[in-house]
Amino acid sequence: MADKTLIEAIRQAMDEEMERDPSVFIVGEDVGKRGGVFRATQGLYEKYGPERVIDSPLAELSIVGVGIGAALYGMHPICEIQFADFIYPAMNQIISEAAKMCYRSNGVWTVPMVIRAPYGGGIGGGLYHSQSVEAFFTHIPGLKVVIPSNPRDARGLLKSAIRDPNPVLFFEPKKGYRLIRGEVPAEETLVPIGPAEISRAGRDLSVFAYGMMHEYCLQAAEKLAREESIDAEVVDLRTLYPVDRETILASVQKTGKALIVHEDNLTGGYGAEIAATIAGDAFTYLDAPIRRLCGPDVPAVPFSHPLQDWFMPSVEKITQAIRDLHAY
Amino acid sequence: MPSQIIMPQLGESVVEGTVARWLKSEGEAIAEMEPLLEVSTDKVDSEIPSPASGVLLKILVPAGETVRAGTVLAWVGQPGEAIPGTEGGDGEAQRREGTSSVTATGPEKEAESATEGANGSTRPVTAGRSRDLGFISPVVARMAQEHNLDLALITGTGQGGRITKKDVEAYLANIQKQPAAQTAEAPLPWETPGEGDLFRPTEMVFQKSAGQEATRPLHQPASLTPEEQPAAPALPPGRLIPHTTMRRKIAEHMLYSVRTSPHVTTVMEADLHRVTAHYQANKRLLERDGVHLTYTAYFAAAAAQALREVPLVNSSWTEEGILIHPQVNLGIAVSLGDEGLIVPVIHNADGMSLLGLARALQDLAARARSRRLRPDEIQGGTFTITNHGISGSLLATPIIHQPQCAILGVGAVQKRVIVTSEDAIAIRPMVYLSLTFDHRILDGAAADSFLAAVVKRLEAWH
Repeated sequence: MADKTLIEAIRQAMDEEMERDPSVFIVGEDVGKRGGVFRATQGLYEKYGPERVIDSPLAELSIVGVGIGAALYGMHPICEIQFADFIYPAMNQIISEAAKMCYRSNGVWTVPMVIRAPYGGGIGGGLYHSQSVEAFFTHIPGLKVVIPSNPRDARGLLKSAIRDPNPVLFFEPKKGYRLIRGEVPAEETLVPIGPAEISRAGRDLSVFAYGMMHEYCLQAAEKLAREESIDAEVVDLRTLYPVDRETILASVQKTGKALIVHEDNLTGGYGAEIAATIAGDAFTYLDAPIRRLCGPDVPAVPFSHPLQDWFMPSVEKITQAIRDLHAY
Repeated sequence: MPSQIIMPQLGESVVEGTVARWLKSEGEAIAEMEPLLEVSTDKVDSEIPSPASGVLLKILVPAGETVRAGTVLAWVGQPGEAIPGTEGGDGEAQRREGTSSVTATGPEKEAESATEGANGSTRPVTAGRSRDLGFISPVVARMAQEHNLDLALITGTGQGGRITKKDVEAYLANIQKQPAAQTAEAPLPWETPGEGDLFRPTEMVFQKSAGQEATRPLHQPASLTPEEQPAAPALPPGRLIPHTTMRRKIAEHMLYSVRTSPHVTTVMEADLHRVTAHYQANKRLLERDGVHLTYTAYFAAAAAQALREVPLVNSSWTEEGILIHPQVNLGIAVSLGDEGLIVPVIHNADGMSLLGLARALQDLAARARSRRLRPDEIQGGTFTITNHGISGSLLATPIIHQPQCAILGVGAVQKRVIVTSEDAIAIRPMVYLSLTFDHRILDGAAADSFLAAVVKRLEAWH
């Protein structure tokens, strides 16, 4: 076991997979000599050379397009989008090509590609370096959407994503890159895509989150358990698509109350899907309305610090939301 | 060949019934005559037994749905047996036809079961706004149904006094600890039949709503969710109590009765010192045999005998003539609290002893409260007694239970100073008896002769 940051665990996963399988390669902006703007690929260029760690032009469409083409030729590309905010130029490639390939070729052709993208706010990044984009992709059957919230899962899930025969969007909570630390097993460990994890068992209510918000929810739950004897269960969704309905429903059946937290804005956000799942299949277990704590419906995370704080769900806001739901 | 389970016609005028609860689930084995489901109409619940042994193959009408009498509810047969007519056949069509009437009554039914469950019945409770208990969450409704709970007994600790899942869990843990405690506290059902709306004085109604206002203010806190807010834009401000089916039926019947019969009331008083002496002497004795003697039994006995003496009172108006009933079937009004009231019937009451009447009263009232009356036990009454004295009322003019001729109102028994026939002053337990009668059938003198016969029997009790 080694104590690692989130970004170190991601780097480790790529390194291990590249070493294991020569068909794995990385393509993206500044991923080569520079080692990525967040240093996710640091040292890999030196280790595997310019043919496997490829610096691309500033053109996300081509990064993904290259990835899809290579994948169809049997390669296992890892496409890095520098910030999730810049993924939109590649949307057509992802949705119309990558997501549909297996389906339209009746399983003959698949796209074993991973798209990594740092997402999320709270880092003073302003409008174009803070966005959450998961809801666009969880709407598209044919894609898998994974968001890790700790180093162990980041490594295990990224390794699973690289080995997956179909395209996986791997969104990384960039605020947690160096903030979130944790144990990473020394031996090779794959974390399967799909299952959620109950990161804190509790009786009073269920909190569903992923990424950075999961970390905050966990902190809020621990604080409330310590200071106010509120016993919240925290569920780390980990895979948003396909989502682990069974774990979600079992948790609500136990607690009777559900709070969903994400920093992406409320309307049409991913939390709506979780809420609908609970309302549809665990209705008679509910003891309170399903609550969502999300970013507000404004066009982007503001640059101004006070406004950024207003936008972002925080440990304090989550604590209050849990308290309110508990009191219902 | 599998057997059909059909929605029975639970009474002459009862055209539809609600599946209250399935006692077996699909695939479960069942013996012939074993109870299969519970069916409820506006007033009574009934258990429907299985017509054959085998397994419950298919449930066509889920719990909570209301369908017309004759609708196929389920199939019972041997495991793996095919159900006839399932491919677009009769069964399905019949079911659809049967449920078509549900759309109109759906929400009302739901509201009814929510509130009725809250009032201590064993009927299913549905989630939603209950007029007595506030918001009932889906899980609370489910737990109440699963454990057959009276939610009115549970103290809510949630927002606005709402009953939470934890409250139910705590209550369940508690009653498991002391299983015997719950039966003792409820007063014997027969003791409060006088609260029904047949005669409820207005001050009682206002007092009630004032009391509820205190716990549930008009201006509710802003934190309430939208479904808790009363949604009635056209109404003036106030707290709206949604109608239950029972409330609507009572309202319809009250109006119908007042429109149908010209009501006239005559009043007499009776000296109960002999009845009281008899009561005191025999109460304990009967208690030992498990029979709870009440004054109502005496009034029932006196009325039954008087009806034999003046059969014109035991009658109904028809266009062809006044129909004198061959049997004396006494209806006794039993209050179900806020929910309304029900009138179970003691058939052939004139042939019963005081002991028999007391036993019948005790049994009917208890089952009225627990919703275990059979449909025929609330039908066929020829005369009704309502004991409004239990809630302290001295004198009332109840409304006739159609198509009967008259109703006897019994006031509170009070010690009063009277002048005896020997011109002495005495303290005696006195009661006012009122007879409200259909003036089409009875003239004042005939009504008075009946009431006098009741009084005579009570005063001469031995």
